[in-house]
Amino acid sequence: MIRAQRRPRSRRTVALGLGLTAVLVAVTGCGDDDDAPAGGGDGGQVTLTVNVFGNFGYEDLYKEFQASHPNVKIVERGTGSDLSNYTPALTRNLAAGSGAGDVVALEEGIMIQFKEQAQNFVDLGEYGGNDDRGNFLPWKFEGGQASDGKKLIGLGTDVGSMGMCYRRDLFQKAGLPVDREAVAALWPDWTAYVNVGNQFKAKNTGAKWFDAASNTYNTILVQTAGKSPGYTYFDRDNNLVVDSNPAIKQAYDQMLSMIGQGLSAGYKSFSDQWNAGFKQGTFATIACPAWMLGYIQGQAGEANKGKWDVTSAPGEGGNWGGSWLAVPRQSKHPKEAAELVRFLTSPKGQIAAFKKVNNLPSSPVALDDPATKAFKNPYFNDAPVGEIFGTGAKELQPVYFGPRNQAVRDAVENTLLAVQQGKLKPEEAWARAVRDAQQAAR
Amino acid sequence: MSVAAPCTATGTTATGKHRSRVRPGHTRREDTVSTDVTTAGPARSTAPAPPVGETRRQRRRHLLARADTKLSPYLYIAPFFVLFAIFGLYPLVYTAWVSLHDWELASDEHPWAGLENYSRLVTDPVFWNALWNTVGIFLLSTVPQLTLALFIASLLNRKLRGRAFFRLSVILPMATSVAAVSIVFSQLFSRDFGMVNWLLGGVGVGPIEWQASKWSSWSAVATMVNWRWTGYNALIYLAAMQAIPRDLYEAAAIDGAGAWKQFTKVTVPLLRPTIVFTVIISTIGGFQLFTEPLLFNSGSSNYQGGSLRQSQTVAMYVWENAFVKFDFGYASAVAWVLFLIILVAAAVNFVAVRRLGGRD
Repeated sequence: MIRAQRRPRSRRTVALGLGLTAVLVAVTGCGDDDDAPAGGGDGGQVTLTVNVFGNFGYEDLYKEFQASHPNVKIVERGTGSDLSNYTPALTRNLAAGSGAGDVVALEEGIMIQFKEQAQNFVDLGEYGGNDDRGNFLPWKFEGGQASDGKKLIGLGTDVGSMGMCYRRDLFQKAGLPVDREAVAALWPDWTAYVNVGNQFKAKNTGAKWFDAASNTYNTILVQTAGKSPGYTYFDRDNNLVVDSNPAIKQAYDQMLSMIGQGLSAGYKSFSDQWNAGFKQGTFATIACPAWMLGYIQGQAGEANKGKWDVTSAPGEGGNWGGSWLAVPRQSKHPKEAAELVRFLTSPKGQIAAFKKVNNLPSSPVALDDPATKAFKNPYFNDAPVGEIFGTGAKELQPVYFGPRNQAVRDAVENTLLAVQQGKLKPEEAWARAVRDAQQAAR
Repeated sequence: MSVAAPCTATGTTATGKHRSRVRPGHTRREDTVSTDVTTAGPARSTAPAPPVGETRRQRRRHLLARADTKLSPYLYIAPFFVLFAIFGLYPLVYTAWVSLHDWELASDEHPWAGLENYSRLVTDPVFWNALWNTVGIFLLSTVPQLTLALFIASLLNRKLRGRAFFRLSVILPMATSVAAVSIVFSQLFSRDFGMVNWLLGGVGVGPIEWQASKWSSWSAVATMVNWRWTGYNALIYLAAMQAIPRDLYEAAAIDGAGAWKQFTKVTVPLLRPTIVFTVIISTIGGFQLFTEPLLFNSGSSNYQGGSLRQSQTVAMYVWENAFVKFDFGYASAVAWVLFLIILVAAAVNFVAVRRLGGRD
C-alpha cells in the first residue's frame, strides 16, 4: 500500500529531476558564453588563458601577478609548441570567434598578418598601453600598432639579436681556439666564417661546420636586408620582390657556395633529426638568435651542459624573431588581460623572462639594467649572454615582413634543403626558389 | 532531437502493429487511438470524423498496416541518416558551396568565384604532384599489405599451437596510436642514427636520406601504413576463411590439389567479396593518407611533405591551402576533387577485383 503510494511520487521526482537537469544543462550551456571560459563564476574570479609558442619563461611572473590579483588565475597553453602549428590554430580560433584565449603571443614573421586583422584584437591603448611607449625600442612599439597606426594591438616582448653558438669540444678536437673572444675574432664576417669552416672540415672531426642551410641563410639575409633595403621577400607595399631584392640573391648565393663546400650538416630546421643533432654533436656551430639558447638547452639536455658556448655572430646586426603580446577581441576579460600584458612586457617582466629563457628584452630600460648586462648563462659555460646579445640590440635595424612571409620563406629555404639533399642542382636552385616563392605568395 | 524522434517513432509503430495484428476484433475507441498515434498530421484530422461504414474503416486499417510494414523500417534506420545528414552530408554540401567562392578565412567577404578554383586546380602542378604521390604511396601500401594479409590469414587458419595468441597479436599494431607509430618509424628512418640505415650500412648501402627521394619517402610512409593495417586485414580474411566449408578443401585434396592450388583455386575465389571490401576500405583510407607523411616529414613546413614535396599527399595539400594559406575556397575545391577521385578509384578497384578471380 505504502509502496504503491510512493511509486508515482518517486516517478514524479525522477521526472522533475530530469527536467531540472535539462534546464540546468541549458542554462549553464548558455552561461558559458558570458562567463569566464573555465572555472569562472564565483565572486569575480577570473581565469586568463595565455596562448604561447616556444618558451616565454613567464611562470614566476604569473605567480607574482596572481599574488597581487587574488581574483585572477592564469593558465598558459601551447608551451613548447612550434610556430608552424601555433599560427594556423590561432588564425582559426580568431576567425571562429572563440578558443584564442585572453592573451596571445604574436611572432614578428606573422605579426603583419595579424595586424591586418586589427578588428580581432583589443586596442591596448584603451587600457593605458600607449603610456608604455617609452618602455620599448621605438620600432618595437610601432611594430605593435595596427596598419593604420591608430590602434595598439600588441606590446613587445623580446627581440632576436644574433649570436653564434658553438661546440667547445668539437672546436678543441679541430685545434681551433675555444675561448669566446678568440672565437669571435675568427669570424669578423661570413667570408672568414667559411674559411674557418674549411679549416674545421679538414680536421675530420666527424661533425659538420653548421647545422642547416636554412638557419644560416636566414641570418645572413636579415643582416644584409637590415642594412638595405630594410625588407626581405615583400616590400613595404607587400609586393613580392624575391627576384628583385639584391639582399636575397646575395644571401642565397652565399649559402649555395657554403653547401658546395660541404660545410652544412644538411638538416631541416626543427625536425627530429635536427633536434637529435644538438645532442649528438653532429655540427659545430649554429646561428643563434637570443631565443635559440633556450631551444638548444632543451634539445641538447643536461648531459651536454658546458659543451655549448656562445659568442658574437659574423657580420653585423640582424634581428631574427621576437614577439608581441596581444589581447583577442573575443576575450571575456579584456581589462585584466590588458593589465597582464602590460605587466609581462614591462621592463621588469622582460628582465625576468630574459633570466629565465634568454629572450632578449625589447625595452631599452631592461637592456640597460645591470641585472641584464651582468647575466651569465650557466648552461653555456657561463657566457655573458646579456652582454653578447644586448650590445648593439638598441641599434638593431629590423626588417619588414609581408603577410605571406612564412610561406614564401619556407618555399625558398626548402630549395636550399633540396640542394643539400642532392635533389636539386645548385645552378637550377635559384630559378626554382623564385618560382616556388611566387606560388607560395599567391 | 535526433534521439527523441526515433524513440517516439519506434514506440508508436510498435503499438500500432501489435494492435492491428493481434486483436483483429477491436473497439472503435482503440482504433481511433492507434490511428491517432501511428500517423501524424493528415490522419489526426480524419480521426475525429464520424464513423462511416465498416468497409472504409477496414480499408483504412489495412492501409495503416501496410504503411507500418513499409515505412517503419525506414524509421528504425532514421537515426543513422539524421546523424549522417548533420555530420556527413551537410559538411559535404557546405564544402562544395565554399569551393565555389573566393573564401579567405580572415576576410569577411566571400565573393562568388564560380568554377575558378576548379580550373586553377587543373593547371596546378603541386596538386598533380600530390595526387601522384598519393597514388604511389597507396599502391606501395595496399598491394603488399593485402597480399601479406592474405598469407598471414591462411597461416593463422591452420592448426597452430597458441593460435589465439598469434591471432590477437596481429591486430596489436592497430591498437597503437598513429602518432606514436609515425614517431618511432621516423626515428628508424633517420639519416644519421636510424636503425634502417644502420642495417643497410651493414651490407654496404647508404646512408639514405629517406625524406629526400620520392621512392624512399614513399616506401617509408608505406611501411608505416603496412605495419599498422596488415594485421587488421588478415583478421578480416581469417574470419571469411573460417566460413569456407572444409569439404571443399577435402574435395580439392582428393582431386590432387596441393596447398598452393587449394589456396589459389578455393580460398582466394571464395574470399572475393571480402577482398573487394578490404580493397575499397584501403582505397578510402589510402587516398586520405595524412598523419603518417606529415609526421614523417617533421620540422618546419612539414605539411609540404619534403623539400620538393616528395611525399606530400592530397590531404596534406588540402591542409596546406586551408590552414597555412587560409584559402578555404581552393582547399575545398581540392577536397571535393579528392572525394570524387576516391569514388572513382573505389569503383575501378571494385570492378577490377571482381574480375580478378574469373567467373561468378
